[in-house]
Amino acid sequence: MVVALRILDDGAWVSVNDDRKVSVSELWRFPGREFCRCDLTDMVVEGFVDVGVDGRTVEVRAYGQCIACGESATTKWMPVGRIVDGAFRHIDREGVLRPVIGQ
Amino acid sequence: MPTDVERWKSEVYGNEIREHLYEFAEEGWESIPEDEHDAWFERFKWWGLYHQRNGQESYFMMRIGTPNGVLEPGQLRVVGEIADEYARGPGTNPIFGDAYADWTTRQSIQLHWIRIEDVPEIFEKLEENGMSTQQACGDSWRNIVGNPVAGKDAQEVVDAWPVIHELNETFKGDEDHSNLPRKWKVSVTGSADGSGQGDINDLAFEPAYKEVDGEEQVGFNVRVGGGLARNEERFARDIDVWVPPENVSDVAGGLSALFRDNGDRENRYNARIKFLVDEWGPEKVRNTLQEEYVDFELETAGRDVREEYTYNAGNGGRNDLIGVHEQKDGNYFVGLNVLVGRMGADDVLELADIAEEYGSGEVRLSQRQNVIVTDVPEEDLDALLEEDLLDHYSPDPSPFMRGSVACTGTEFCSLSIVETKNRQVRYARWLKENVDLPDDIDQFHIHLSGCTASCAQPQIADISLRGMKTRKDGEPVEALDIGLGGGLGEEPEFARWVTQRVPVDEVPGAISNLIGRFAENREDGENFREFVGRHDDDELDEYVEPEETDYEDPMMHNTKMTWYPYSDDDDMDSSPAPAYPDDTPMSADD
Repeated sequence: MVVALRILDDGAWVSVNDDRKVSVSELWRFPGREFCRCDLTDMVVEGFVDVGVDGRTVEVRAYGQCIACGESATTKWMPVGRIVDGAFRHIDREGVLRPVIGQ
Repeated sequence: MPTDVERWKSEVYGNEIREHLYEFAEEGWESIPEDEHDAWFERFKWWGLYHQRNGQESYFMMRIGTPNGVLEPGQLRVVGEIADEYARGPGTNPIFGDAYADWTTRQSIQLHWIRIEDVPEIFEKLEENGMSTQQACGDSWRNIVGNPVAGKDAQEVVDAWPVIHELNETFKGDEDHSNLPRKWKVSVTGSADGSGQGDINDLAFEPAYKEVDGEEQVGFNVRVGGGLARNEERFARDIDVWVPPENVSDVAGGLSALFRDNGDRENRYNARIKFLVDEWGPEKVRNTLQEEYVDFELETAGRDVREEYTYNAGNGGRNDLIGVHEQKDGNYFVGLNVLVGRMGADDVLELADIAEEYGSGEVRLSQRQNVIVTDVPEEDLDALLEEDLLDHYSPDPSPFMRGSVACTGTEFCSLSIVETKNRQVRYARWLKENVDLPDDIDQFHIHLSGCTASCAQPQIADISLRGMKTRKDGEPVEALDIGLGGGLGEEPEFARWVTQRVPVDEVPGAISNLIGRFAENREDGENFREFVGRHDDDELDEYVEPEETDYEDPMMHNTKMTWYPYSDDDDMDSSPAPAYPDDTPMSADD
């Protein structure tokens, strides 16, 4: 099944099958020191740069700022949802996200 | 590879979108194929329709482009009637009620909760009365801005209104210029106060004198590549061209075509002409314009009047057009403060009555979201100023009221990160009650923009507020970055972002503390912008000092994830949208 993934509204939304699903302004926590110097980055999502799918996992690269240290950067690929039976299901993004390994 | 937007535009764009829009209107919201929503909503923008945000499906924002903010006699009444009849939805705004119109920072009008089924009727009514939504949004010539009192202003160097009118007539609906790589914002200013704000537009015509064939003539210097969006602020660059009024259309068309042919269509983030000017430099822009897009010899830049610019400059003089001002014909124009640019439909209709009773019936809109009643004879001024409506829309407001500008925010906008308009109203009212500016400061601009798109033009205010998020006591809350010291004038400057992610309920305290430090530490006669200019960012950050006060903010939570932030039950799952034309939720069919 073909799934239409695109970024809309000047990077403010990720659209899945012509339906806005993931928006800027979310706060994402994720580990690792590649984004900033914090052990656990706490990033406000300010804009989406890329969207793609790996298997059934919808992934994005997002621009944002760590609200703990102030560093601004673009993330590696981050999982935001899964395609199940052609429909988008959110991954819990209020917990700690795991950046996609190897990209 | 072309973007999705470019692909959609290559299939259907420009004037032809209208017939599709009418078909969808005839058959109803549900007739828009679900798997074509993104494409059609992008195209509808060209006809001034933005699909509202998540939770408000089937409702649209409608933008009416009023060139130079000019509403001819009778037009304001039509806008009020349309707002009253059609701009009503399932959500009630606790400050502004059920039906209202927004005056924008580009002298346009925005209405909300518009249903696609009503669009043909609204278009018909607008067009019968000389107004249109054509190209109010989308990748084309947007509403042309300028000094709203062009043709009447006693400070005028050249009357820009005929030029603006000609540009509007020429380039609205012109197929050669209807599909540009990105939006195209044009300013034409004829007054010496800088009130056209040309510096922040893609293309600016500014008044200038030039000796041609031994005679000094009045015309325009040309600047290209200004804009505020996406943390990529630019002031328009001087391309060393002077143009007489009769050739403005040729030069503007040449530059629009240059942008059409050379702008980046593969990356929308890099598409605005400001990036092309970055890449090419002003000289190459000029040379290309001369060699490929105009068939006459361009004059070099003339003597400008930028040293006289006062609008939004923070340095005394006419920073806005509020108050009573004499026109060059001996009548007066009266600028009224519309806090955050929003006016209830009843008030719009009352203002239309007042404009007819005391003036010519004409009303004009400024880039500071205010309204101006024109052509008032001197003998009628006192009676006009006694009108009850002016208690609320004052010609002599508190600096915190007259200085407030706010974008649409999360109430309706997909891009915004925070709620803006109601918050800025609450801020202005709190500041008016609780903070004193030094006696000699009667202008103080605070602009609140919900995101980096910068629709409230935050970077050119004394205090710039920009939507952010942070955590407070571990919980996510709406927050604002605080920038200081921006403004236009002869030497425009963007605000410096000195303090970041201040929880929204601590912002009034931060502003209060900052103004207190300014009052204590300013030098004699120093204005706020000069004060900011002689301090470094760390010093200013210390002055800001966020603090809780008795200000309360009812919209601390994530308003973006509500269906409507002021609803008692604002949960996204409680949204009545999409809805039938009578606002009955379609989900009721399930």
